[in-house]
Amino acid sequence: MYATKYAKATSLQDAVAKLAAADDGKFLGGGQTLLATMKQRLAAPSDLIDVTKIPELKGITVEGDTIVVGAASTHSEVAQSADIQRLLPVLSGLAATIGDPAVRNMGTMGGSVANNDPAADYPAALLGLNATVTTSKGSYAAEEFFTGIFETALDEDEIIVKIAFPIPQKAAYEKFRNPASRYSLCSVFVAMTADGPRVAVTGSGNDGVFRVAEMEAALASNWSADAVSGITIDPDTMLSDIHGSAEYRAHLVTVLAARAVAKAG
Amino acid sequence: MSEVKLTVNGRAVSRDVEDRTLLVDFIREHLGLTGTHVGCDTSQCGACTVHIDGKAVKSCTVLATQVDGASVTTIEGLADGDTLHPMQSAFRTHHGLQCGFCTPGMIMMAVDIVKRHPEGLDEETIRKELEGNICRCTGYHNIVKSIEAGAADMGGAKMAAE
Ligand SMILES: Cc1cc2nc3c(=O)[nH]c(=O)nc-3n(C[C@H](O)[C@H](O)[C@H](O)COP(=O)(O)OP(=O)(O)OC[C@H]3O[C@@H](n4cnc5c(N)ncnc54)[C@H](O)[C@@H]3O)c2cc1C
Ligand code: FES
Ligand code: FES
Repeated sequence: MYATKYAKATSLQDAVAKLAAADDGKFLGGGQTLLATMKQRLAAPSDLIDVTKIPELKGITVEGDTIVVGAASTHSEVAQSADIQRLLPVLSGLAATIGDPAVRNMGTMGGSVANNDPAADYPAALLGLNATVTTSKGSYAAEEFFTGIFETALDEDEIIVKIAFPIPQKAAYEKFRNPASRYSLCSVFVAMTADGPRVAVTGSGNDGVFRVAEMEAALASNWSADAVSGITIDPDTMLSDIHGSAEYRAHLVTVLAARAVAKAG
Repeated sequence: MSEVKLTVNGRAVSRDVEDRTLLVDFIREHLGLTGTHVGCDTSQCGACTVHIDGKAVKSCTVLATQVDGASVTTIEGLADGDTLHPMQSAFRTHHGLQCGFCTPGMIMMAVDIVKRHPEGLDEETIRKELEGNICRCTGYHNIVKSIEAGAADMGGAKMAAE
């Protein structure tokens, strides 16, 4: 790791001011992605501004029929939250599949969402539940927030504050994990929301997380595994690497979508 | 440079270190506590697992400054004087190690697993919870057996002071 300076931000304003004062600063969440990247010298920020102690980024609350998760909430806190387990168990269940217990104790939802790794799990939950991302500058529907692989609508000096998940009528997540990295090779999130069914796929799209409109339409008239099991995905839209070919991933999307629908009941 | 103050195994310590100092290097190089190992250095293997404020983390992927003020427990902090922690005893009794390189991390994770599962542990849960701790020697069989036994012994014994 190249030399860097570390500072804790005490408020959103403080974080933004510290970033502005730095040569080439970066916000730090739990560090489970950024520190690893810095150790490989693939990133070399002059300053790290830790946002995890900012009060607005802390806590998990229930607001009507929405669960609001502070961006600094760790994956463990999401997995173990009694409110989430009771009202949105699909989200606590998803968080419990991220990495391993030690990674979950440090990694945060804000860091994962800001990073938008094409194999990350939370992006599927945000897109599948039509979540809203509130930042230091405004708010975004999940759809407009994720703009491509490792790309989001965030400005350099914009901080994710919280993420609001509307509670669906039912939902399920089927994760097919890469056994070595534990990230998603292909995973499908399905939900019956107030605005109809949603199907979101992570780990596989060559443009990052995406929705499958054809499956959503089929589920709107018939919520059953059979409704999606005949719908195929174009391999040209899929990632291809040593872990799985585009054809393999395209096939997985259909299989996992059917399983997720069955699991949601 | 920053001054980092920690409570390590119950002892208050403070050192001036470069901001980029990883917690594992702080523990090993600056405090001389070499029981915490570095296996992969890429947050995969879990050999560097320690507890920060009672929670297991991989100390190769945390900056010392990041946890300034925290209470850290390493493998050296588990035993009570000459009396091994029940989980350490269980690893010895059940031959839960071969070369021993992964063992400090395995034991720190094992204690964390037991604390998070007051309802008790079965083999499947232990194997799932160990997904971030890699052993190149044992094939895990005796590690799982050790943790099952250690968990039972911890139920009766008092928890290590943290
Ligand atoms: C062994 C291992 C296995 C893993 N397995 C999985 C897995 O199965 N599924 C999965 O989804 N992920 C997995 N991860 C990644 C993990 O979820 C990370 O925690 C996450 O990607 C990054 O979160 P962080 O809080 O550590 O962010 P950091 O590493 O601190 O930051 C990541 C990026 O987000 C930015 N950032 C952080 N917080 C904010 C904020 N509040 N506002 C704006 N920008 C911010 C940073 O500037 C940086 O660019 C794994 C990681 C490891 C090490
Ligand atoms: S050395 Fe930290 S996880 Fe391997
Ligand atoms: S005992 Fe050798 S690595 Fe586990």
